[in-house]
Amino acid sequence: MTMHVDLLLVSIATPLAVALAIFAGMPKRYSVKLAYLGFGVPAAIALWLWSQFPTNPGDTYVFLSAYDLGLELLGIRLKLGLNGISLPLFVMAGVVGLAAGLYAIQSGAERLKIYLALLLVMQSGLMGVFASVDIFFFYFFHELALIPTFIMVGIWGGRDRSYAAMKLTVYLTVGAMLSLIGLIIVYYQSGLESFDLITLRQEAVANPISATAQKYGFGLLLFGFGILVSLWPFHTWAPLGYGAAPSSAAMLHAGVLKKFGLYGLIQIALPMLPVGASHWSGVLTVLALGNILVIGVITMAQRDLKQVIGYGSVMHMGYAFLGVASLSVIGAGGVVLMMVAHGLSVALLFLLSTCVHHRTHTFDLTEMGGLAQKTPVLAAFFVAATMASIGLPGFANFWGELAIFVAVWKFSPWVAAGAVAGVVISAIYGLRAAASVFFGSPTETFSRVLAQTAPVDLRWGEKIPALILVVALLFIGFWPRSLSAPLNSALQAIYPALKVLPLEIVRK
Amino acid sequence: MNLELLQSAAADNRWGALFPELLLGCLALLLLVLEIVLPKKHHSAIPSVAILGQIALLIALIVHFRTGFIGQTTFNGLLRHSVEGQFMRVFFLLTSILVSILGVVSLSRQRMPRIEFFHIVMVVSAAMMLLVQSHHFVLFFVALETVTIGFYILVSYYRTNPLSLEAGLKYLIMGALSSSILLFGIVLLYGVVGNPALAPAGAAGSMDFSSVRQFLALHPDNFLAKVGIVLVLSGVAFKIGTVPFQIWVPDVYQGAPTPVTAFLAVGSKAAGFAVLIVLAGVFAPYQKLVIPVLASMAVATILFGNLAALTQFNVKRLIGLSGVSHAGYLLIGVIAAYTDPAALGAVYFYLFAYLLASFAVFGVMTHVSGANDAEQELEHYADLAKTHPFLAFVLAVGLGSLAGIPPLAGFIGKLMIFLTAFHAGLYALLGVAILGVVVSIYYYFGWIKAAVFASWRLPAPAGEAQAEAPRVPVGWPAKLALGSLALGSIVLGFYQGPLVEWLILR
Repeated sequence: MTMHVDLLLVSIATPLAVALAIFAGMPKRYSVKLAYLGFGVPAAIALWLWSQFPTNPGDTYVFLSAYDLGLELLGIRLKLGLNGISLPLFVMAGVVGLAAGLYAIQSGAERLKIYLALLLVMQSGLMGVFASVDIFFFYFFHELALIPTFIMVGIWGGRDRSYAAMKLTVYLTVGAMLSLIGLIIVYYQSGLESFDLITLRQEAVANPISATAQKYGFGLLLFGFGILVSLWPFHTWAPLGYGAAPSSAAMLHAGVLKKFGLYGLIQIALPMLPVGASHWSGVLTVLALGNILVIGVITMAQRDLKQVIGYGSVMHMGYAFLGVASLSVIGAGGVVLMMVAHGLSVALLFLLSTCVHHRTHTFDLTEMGGLAQKTPVLAAFFVAATMASIGLPGFANFWGELAIFVAVWKFSPWVAAGAVAGVVISAIYGLRAAASVFFGSPTETFSRVLAQTAPVDLRWGEKIPALILVVALLFIGFWPRSLSAPLNSALQAIYPALKVLPLEIVRK
Repeated sequence: MNLELLQSAAADNRWGALFPELLLGCLALLLLVLEIVLPKKHHSAIPSVAILGQIALLIALIVHFRTGFIGQTTFNGLLRHSVEGQFMRVFFLLTSILVSILGVVSLSRQRMPRIEFFHIVMVVSAAMMLLVQSHHFVLFFVALETVTIGFYILVSYYRTNPLSLEAGLKYLIMGALSSSILLFGIVLLYGVVGNPALAPAGAAGSMDFSSVRQFLALHPDNFLAKVGIVLVLSGVAFKIGTVPFQIWVPDVYQGAPTPVTAFLAVGSKAAGFAVLIVLAGVFAPYQKLVIPVLASMAVATILFGNLAALTQFNVKRLIGLSGVSHAGYLLIGVIAAYTDPAALGAVYFYLFAYLLASFAVFGVMTHVSGANDAEQELEHYADLAKTHPFLAFVLAVGLGSLAGIPPLAGFIGKLMIFLTAFHAGLYALLGVAILGVVVSIYYYFGWIKAAVFASWRLPAPAGEAQAEAPRVPVGWPAKLALGSLALGSIVLGFYQGPLVEWLILR
């Protein structure tokens, strides 16, 4: 195993080092070449570690390594490792990062060097979030990835970028602060004064934290993380921010970084604060249904392609919250699978919507139509991405949603009925968006635009990142066991109290 | 008092223990001598002498960090040397160097006598170094007055600017008021502790901190002592600018020359906190009184500072009011230290992170301000990232660290304060602090937004050139200083290493 030990550190440090080299004034030719390295190395490491990962890890972390940085006295060390829960997300972060990076490199953005450097800092933070075993660094890497998001929205953003960046900053800071206090409660109430997740979890099982502290702690973590994951009604930053964000930043944030909060709930809050979780489960169910039904209806009313995707992504988070609220192994497992699938599919949608915009110069759905005649490949990709996000079998999203529905059915059939209604809603807005962009006859103004600009089909620079994401979606869709086996084994070991339903259903 | 007593008292005067203060004072005098001796065309070299001399002194101080005097009292109990004192010496010397560098930049745009500025800055710094090591109310007051009088001059240094003069007058009146409140408190304590005669050598005098503490411990419920304690704390609260003694802050910060504002914001505040930490130890027997007083100050300070800063467009007022809120966070650390002594380490770390971040911001302000030093508006920062990417980077790092965004040093400082506050069970204060941090993000980020994000500006009327925001090219010493400040904030966010180890272990 010693061979793998430092690979996690390399996957975090490579993008950061490349970013620093670019900031330090690397000439543009080399910057772009190095950027390939900065996005490629983490993805390659993630896939390699996945192939080496044991199928039955149980409660253990693999590839553990630790480094002292001077805060040992506070119980903080840079400790890296992967368990069955973090592996799927780590792999997803690497893959989406590669796609977003490849897309950014060919995007020809203004001041491309700085743009790539910021994206690389973000990538480094993302790999760090899911590789951290130390809660402090888990939080720290999240913020490291968050700061470039603000800057990229503010500088390279579209409409309303200034307002969007401000709103994003304020909302996400509130969320981060609340969750920080929740984490501090865990830190002190465990009596260990350590941020090491492994020892914390062992201690929480051996000597459970007092019920009152659990209630407050889980509440803070739920709402803190909830704001970060756009829990209804704290979601308003998300569609606005994604609408304004440049495509690669939106891919990385909506696809990967946003999953930080859900990951924190599953990896930290549920196992360590089970009493608090059952206390808040009812409230969370109501809010999650708000995400699915209220936001679902709002999404149907959108006429702007990016807003449809942005609101749609907020809506899908409702399923994830329901999975958490169901307090079961299968629910939590479904959430992890869904996070992976949603990360891939929403990144693909943001990428493709920007490709559409490059050809039509508008996001307004009512002004488009019939684009498929001119750009059949783009249309095929877009329809595939829409199908994936609706949850069609064959794509990764299906397994996550299925597991969540099963868990919620056991929990309450009424809630499950609401959730299933959400699928219909997402089919309506998803298909309608795809149809009004690509099919039907173009409006008069739009046919003039098409005649003038003669849109070309997807170029290779756009096709390759899209292909990476589609292949990943199909791979997991046809072979979910590659992720669900270690996930199931880890969850069953970590949630002894929640052994309601094992994740065995997702075994093909 | 007979000759023998005086002689034995003099034998306790260990001048070697004072070498940094003495050398700094000599260097300050040397500047004045050089101004007389050197021909006029060489005068421009004098600031460099000041800065290089102080850097040499800083190196000497760091090399001799662990002197043999640590843990001893010298000068008949007037001074007490400690590791914290050494740390604060380094802190103030660093402050003095940075203020001098900013002074060079800022003075280059003013027609003012130059050399006296550096002279006064160094004398004030030496007085601050003595202040934090004082162990006796007499030296405490004398050192504090030296600092304050120096600031009276510095605040109104740009005497052709009416706002600077106004600030000087306000600072003079408020400073005199606070000094008299402080002095009244000291007199009351002196009165109750009781020995009006100067104590013989070796024995502790009645104004000595340890004997005051001893007395307070023996008489836990003395009314006059309570009044005295509250008055002394109020006097110190003026220096650190906590509510309700913060009223002078916005106007004085705006009117004072930018380097002096930086000096007030960092040096004066840090001196106040170092003193407060010592006094909090002295007043420890009266915890039941001190904690509520400090806690209510902290709550009011955090809320007022952040809410008032929200509405500012003048960056000097903004940073002044945001500095008020930082005083509030630091107060939480001081209160937490009553139950968790490790909190003091957090306070010192926070101060150091605050120094790095504040000087980065003030350094940028000095370069962006025009000839009218008092009028620095947020709109002057438009497009800074395009014209001066380096300054915009330093500004973003500095403000980010002040806002407490990871991975910068300011975040680690806040985290340490919050952790100790939680440990000490100060949940309500913690809640207020979190609220304050969230509010502060808005104005700090608004400033970054003004500097970094391209914004639409009113086009200039036909025939008039677009008014260019006044900006100064960055010279290499300033570039070096600002670069290392930004780097320091970043590195300290990733790797706290020996600093934290030392601050917590001590």
